[in-house]
Amino acid sequence: MSTNLLALLPELILALTGVLVMVSEPLIAPGQTRKPLGWLAILGTFASGLAALYQLHVVNASGPITAFYATLQVDAFSVFFHLLIASIVLVTLLASLDYFESPITFAGEYFALVCFGATGMMFMTSSVELLMVFIGLEISSISTYILAGFRKGRATASEAAIKYFLLGSFATAFFLYGIALCFGATGSTSIAAIAAGLAVTRTPLLGWLAVAMVLIGLGFKVSAAPFHVWTPDVYQGAPAPVVGLMSTAPKAAAFAVLLRFLFNATPMYRDHWILLIEILAVASMTVGNLGALLQRDVKRLLAYSAIANAGYILVAFTAAQQEAVSAVCFYTAAYSAMNVGAFIVLTQLSGFDEKLRTIDDFTGLALKRPALSAFLGLFLLSLIGIPFTGGFFGKFYVFSAAVHGGHTWLAIVGLVNSGIACFYYLRLLAALYSRPVTDTIADAPMRRLTFPATIALTATAAATLCLGILPNHLLHLVQRATPETLPALTAAPVPSPLPPYGPAETSSH
Amino acid sequence: MNLDHIILTLILLAPLVGAAVLALMPESEGSPDGSKRHAIGALLVTLITLGLTLHLPAHFHYGAEPHTFQFVQNIPWIASPAIRYHLGVDGLSMWLIVLAAFLAPIGVLASWNTINTRTRLFYTLFLLQQVAMLGIFVALDLFLYYGFWELSLVPMTLLIAAFGRTENRRRAAIKFFLYAFIPSAILLVAILWLYNLTGTFDLPILQALAASHAIAATPTALLLCSLAFLVAFAVKVPVFPLHGWLQEAVSEAPTAAVMVLAGKLGLYSILRFSFGIFPEQSRHVAPVLIALGAIGILYGSLIALIKSDLKKLAAFSTLSHVSFVILGIFTFTVLGVDGGVFQILNESLIGAAFFILLGLLYERYGTYDMRDYGGLATRHPWMVTMFVITVLAAAGLPMLSGFVGEFLILSGSMQAVAAHHVLWTVIGASGVIFGASYLLWMIQRVFYGSVGMRPEEVPGWDLTAREHLELWPLTALFLIMGIASPFWIRAIDTYGTITADKPSLFEPTGLKHSETETYSKILSQDVLSGTAAHQEVR
Repeated sequence: MSTNLLALLPELILALTGVLVMVSEPLIAPGQTRKPLGWLAILGTFASGLAALYQLHVVNASGPITAFYATLQVDAFSVFFHLLIASIVLVTLLASLDYFESPITFAGEYFALVCFGATGMMFMTSSVELLMVFIGLEISSISTYILAGFRKGRATASEAAIKYFLLGSFATAFFLYGIALCFGATGSTSIAAIAAGLAVTRTPLLGWLAVAMVLIGLGFKVSAAPFHVWTPDVYQGAPAPVVGLMSTAPKAAAFAVLLRFLFNATPMYRDHWILLIEILAVASMTVGNLGALLQRDVKRLLAYSAIANAGYILVAFTAAQQEAVSAVCFYTAAYSAMNVGAFIVLTQLSGFDEKLRTIDDFTGLALKRPALSAFLGLFLLSLIGIPFTGGFFGKFYVFSAAVHGGHTWLAIVGLVNSGIACFYYLRLLAALYSRPVTDTIADAPMRRLTFPATIALTATAAATLCLGILPNHLLHLVQRATPETLPALTAAPVPSPLPPYGPAETSSH
Repeated sequence: MNLDHIILTLILLAPLVGAAVLALMPESEGSPDGSKRHAIGALLVTLITLGLTLHLPAHFHYGAEPHTFQFVQNIPWIASPAIRYHLGVDGLSMWLIVLAAFLAPIGVLASWNTINTRTRLFYTLFLLQQVAMLGIFVALDLFLYYGFWELSLVPMTLLIAAFGRTENRRRAAIKFFLYAFIPSAILLVAILWLYNLTGTFDLPILQALAASHAIAATPTALLLCSLAFLVAFAVKVPVFPLHGWLQEAVSEAPTAAVMVLAGKLGLYSILRFSFGIFPEQSRHVAPVLIALGAIGILYGSLIALIKSDLKKLAAFSTLSHVSFVILGIFTFTVLGVDGGVFQILNESLIGAAFFILLGLLYERYGTYDMRDYGGLATRHPWMVTMFVITVLAAAGLPMLSGFVGEFLILSGSMQAVAAHHVLWTVIGASGVIFGASYLLWMIQRVFYGSVGMRPEEVPGWDLTAREHLELWPLTALFLIMGIASPFWIRAIDTYGTITADKPSLFEPTGLKHSETETYSKILSQDVLSGTAAHQEVR
């Protein structure tokens, strides 16, 4: 297999699946169920995940793959994100198979768009050339713009799509401007060349501006405050499974780009961008958590929680590269598991019409739907950060990275914030297990938990618990993912900040 | 493999597996027999756990080196950061583990009839709570301990939210959780900070480092770190004035949950971690804590005097009793620490019996308002007997267990007057009097006098066989622990001597030997003319 093809294999499979879904869509008569198309998309995503695993095998055997004139670089870092995105898309597709209750004709496009979006996100994570990143960003954004407005005919859905589209285009323009400034300062848009060029540039201000612009563009994509204003409205209007997807996968891709850009392209501006990151992190955590306290609508609440979680992840950027990368990767994975899981539960509970909206609507749910409540409870506990769940270790690694990086105050701000955060998660959790059952739940039709949805829920719950009880495996993967992101800097390896653990066995016998 | 090395894991696994099995057992609403299947399952699991924990006192090695742990299991769990699955038991935790396991089947019996809907949820959460508590007592890795500590909040919060008595349940649950969670977040920062300095979460190593002053940090930083630990624990105890969550949580929580709500987890954590890692800093703040303990005793009993709601009375009585323990352990005398740990056992048992009895009243008459009761003694001769025994144990009548704990604590506190004003001891002792008065007054108002409004309307019944089964073990223990206290104190003393023995800021020097003798003397007076139990001491 040619190197170029291998480097692009997961993306290619996903894109082809999307095209295939689009092409076969007209073959199904109007009024008939679109489920087979969903299964086709699931199959394609699964194959793409397998392709990513194959890439990992090759990377492990013979080092990073570079392709297309060194604009694509597949290393353990990008493979990690490929796998993460493929898994998120897979469970989302499984959960949305029965989302379209009546055979809605546009369900086919839904599955295709999800595949196209994932293609773009994967592409972002393996690009080491900013223009290529931009192309990936656009592919993924355009798909999610459309998906956000998928509950056609509802005012909130149109609002979500338009708002997301307008603000999103604005943010991409900032990103593009940042790339242009980079080019102006260094004469290149390739990450390695930017790093070399910025070191000798005579216009450091230009480079500095470029960093700020890129941060704005990506800050929008990860919904970091103060670029977060679109989040609550979009999350409220978009279909629940799509929110689960777009609150995790594009964010993961954007964080991957941010890691590569900040640590590999602009390490010499570290002192400058750390300041910006600190501002973004504190603002996101505070705005997100305080905003969530005021919400009664569960989807809006989770939107503010997403803003806060973006803030937690940004905290990790203040650490040294290796720790930052592993903390960000771990947190992103843990957050994806619990957040996608929570939205799958919402999808199953309230259906296409989204009848259950406010926290009060969920009162007494455990009496009527014990299994779904238990799942939602687990995800909420993980979001709170209770030990033995993925959310706990995510927070733990992020904040200990900050402490190691000498930013103890950020860790304290973060932990106080997670203390505040537990209040609103808990309000929902307490409502679930409270009595009496509200009329909304009592009257709502009992949607049977379908087999694919059960698989999706079990998978996300298992991932949440696994990351909390046995984080070693993923940690091993993400720690290995780090050094290969930057071949140019490997000359100065970052020493492990953790002191070695002495052999200190104590036993009385 | 030797059972000693895996017994603690088995003790944790038994309720955990039990919870998983119960969670998977389908709920059968409607049929009166079928709805008991979760209760029966939980009873079996808790009895098995109790049986397993009895292995500990049976094989406890009293002559072991000080500062060592027994039944140790220590294997790496997570490579980076270095977190280990490190479990162990010493004289401090051994009886607390047995206590927690002992109260569990009683808790199941107490919920037998009161919980008749959503039994699956209830007993699953109950067993998870059990796992978390036992985990707290056996974990020797700070990180692992923190895991169980946070975990212990979840089932309790859900139990209150799901099975609370009034409409206020959701508020009480959130309040309970927030009060405990926010200081715990700071505790996590402190743990991480310690890890940054020392590179280990392992308690024995940290203890050794602290003892040899090898933790490289400024005294102020260490003091702040110790305060982060202490505050997180003190909220859970609760220490006055951090008791804001107690009243609501106690009045909402079902009996089985309220039995384990306050006291032992926080107190144990102070003894194990605050005293273990920060011996000097703890002595530094001891005068403050002694004052807070004494104020807590007095404040709790005074508020209890004016409460007419029985559950709220019990809440403040709990505050008063745990404050006794605080007063005792922060004297850093052998007597005070031993008495404090003994009083933790006592307080838990007495509290359990008290809450069960209140639950029985509520089950029969549907109210906790004392003003609705009166003249029940003739109708419930057995119940009033149990009530009086419990109350007398709580009030500290000699021969019952409460006396031993309170006496040791107050004498320990008297010995340490060099460090604090004798006033605090006096205040603490006066709390005994107020304690007796509100308890006896309560007995009088509920059981004697003219027949109250509620009992006139509702026919009550005396104790059933199941209720006898709940109360007899507890009341018997009050008597046994009052007479044969050295049986328990022998193990506790292995912890007490090493904790109070450390170079202290205020303890009169050279007292160690004579102190031990005094202590033996006091005990021998205590055991009423030297019964066989006396031999256990030395």
